[in-house]
Amino acid sequence: MLSYIIRRLGWGILVLFGVSVVTFVVAFAVPGDPARLIAGPHASRLVLANIRHAYGMDQPLPVQYLTYMNHLFHGNLGYAYSVSNPVLPTIAGRLPATALLALCGILFELGIGLPVGVMAAVWPQGIPDRLGILFSLFGFSIPPFILGNLLLTAFAFHWTVFPLGGESGPSSIVLPALTLGLGGAAWYSRLLRATMIDVLGTEYVRTARAKGLSSRRVVLRHALRNAAGPLVTQFGLDLAFFLSGVVVVETVFAWPGVGFLAYTAITHDDINLVMGTVLFAAVFVVLVNILVDLAQAWLDPRIRLDSFEGAG
Amino acid sequence: MIGDAFQELEGADLEEPVIAQRRVWRLLRSNPGFWIGGLLVVAIVFVAAFASVLAPHDPNQQFPDGINAIGEPLAHSAKFPLGTDFQARDVLSRLLYGARLSLSISVLGNLLAVAVGVSLGAVAAWTRGWLEIVIMRFTDIMLAFPSLLLALALVAIEGPSLTIIIVVIGMVSWTSLCRITYGQVLGLREREWVESARATGVGPARILIRHILPHLLAPILVYATLGVGLTVVFEGSLSYLGLGVPQPAPSWGRMIQEASSQTSLQFYWLILYPSLALFFTVLGFNLLGDALRDALDPEGQLRR
Repeated sequence: MLSYIIRRLGWGILVLFGVSVVTFVVAFAVPGDPARLIAGPHASRLVLANIRHAYGMDQPLPVQYLTYMNHLFHGNLGYAYSVSNPVLPTIAGRLPATALLALCGILFELGIGLPVGVMAAVWPQGIPDRLGILFSLFGFSIPPFILGNLLLTAFAFHWTVFPLGGESGPSSIVLPALTLGLGGAAWYSRLLRATMIDVLGTEYVRTARAKGLSSRRVVLRHALRNAAGPLVTQFGLDLAFFLSGVVVVETVFAWPGVGFLAYTAITHDDINLVMGTVLFAAVFVVLVNILVDLAQAWLDPRIRLDSFEGAG
Repeated sequence: MIGDAFQELEGADLEEPVIAQRRVWRLLRSNPGFWIGGLLVVAIVFVAAFASVLAPHDPNQQFPDGINAIGEPLAHSAKFPLGTDFQARDVLSRLLYGARLSLSISVLGNLLAVAVGVSLGAVAAWTRGWLEIVIMRFTDIMLAFPSLLLALALVAIEGPSLTIIIVVIGMVSWTSLCRITYGQVLGLREREWVESARATGVGPARILIRHILPHLLAPILVYATLGVGLTVVFEGSLSYLGLGVPQPAPSWGRMIQEASSQTSLQFYWLILYPSLALFFTVLGFNLLGDALRDALDPEGQLRR
């Protein structure tokens, strides 16, 4: 176990290092001119040169990277001009709203995805399964920005059941969380169906049935619990995709979280803040994947012998 | 996340090609998803190809009679079958040209992703050693980034243009294809016909193209079909967030974004038609991709 933890953490640190390199390359080394972005389109050559000097952009790239890393280790992600605040505290301030939205989104994913997936697995090719297939097709095919607008138009503009946007009271979370969760509900219901069918066919479920346990007990206590592991691993791998959805949903609903912050940063050409959110999100994905792997290894000793793969 | 579904995909059919083809066709034929999805895809490709013939007007032309006296867009009429927008342009024409824009961006972006992903994955699996480690670890690193956020940052820095958007879509969507190809080639390189080709002195480039690539076509086809659906959404999201192809190009995502600032259902056609167009396009590619996967990978059929 200890050697697994050390290998897993070492690998995670390597990926974090790679993430910092990619973020740095995107922000400073791609052909594009961050100085011009800071100074605006009409800046004179002198102003640009001054900005490049002030930000160390006239230094060789490896030197720039070392400076960048030095700042990162001190929690300094630069200054966010659009909000006149350092980047890291700005992101941290928006974090609770995003965490709330993400948690409620996941609740919708599970609240819809679990029953749909379980019913489809218990009666494969039956009516619940076919309805589940229709539901997942719909969930996969409707982009979040369309679903969000649809829900807003129907339940906020037309029938004023929910508020139009922003964070104002408990009812304001319902539409954004539903929009965020529906795609995932479709995806995990299919995934759960597949895993559950596998588990229901195994020796030990048949033994449980033979012992005379009720069907409901077998499905919920034994099969579902065994199908949960792969589902959690897959969630770790999907986290980056999920966060892309968060950006869209927060923008549609003007939800005051990190995703909406990233969007406003982009509209204000605030490159420090944009790259801060990108780095923050990627680091978060890597850390969650490390935690997922460690938790799985702790629960299931077989995993320690296998290698790990995926985001971080 | 769709990409991960393909890791278990057994793309290489090792039976007699003719029998395999017949079996695939039989499976496709009996799948209603194939017909519905195929029909939608054919329709959308047709619209994209003949937009200039089908569209009643220039998509960017502003008609003096396209808005009423107080500057509001017009509903359905003989001249403007799907109404007009706030800039007094014909919605139907913009919708049709939007199909062309959306589809060409998605197809080109996907081709780029396929080219990058397949070559990197094949090279990694073929060479093994340090190149394999570098490529596959780099893939893992890229998988940690939320692709939309990374794309937004790249487009914001580079400035939005058609080329930049296609390149950025390629840059952020090659990873899953790389991992699929890697897994496939890893298995294929140990097969006897590859061994014998190597033993008779055939060069690695020739083996990869002549003996390995044909077996990769099935997973690539499935992935690319589903990938176009994903990319249509991706491009729509970029446009919706204001970083799509610049004005006045008719993009579905931006049509929806412009319409979503309206606070009533009075001008419902502004948001309804581009939303439906996007939905049915994505649905078509998803249905077709699913059907292809089920036919090319019947073993995995029950699993997904």
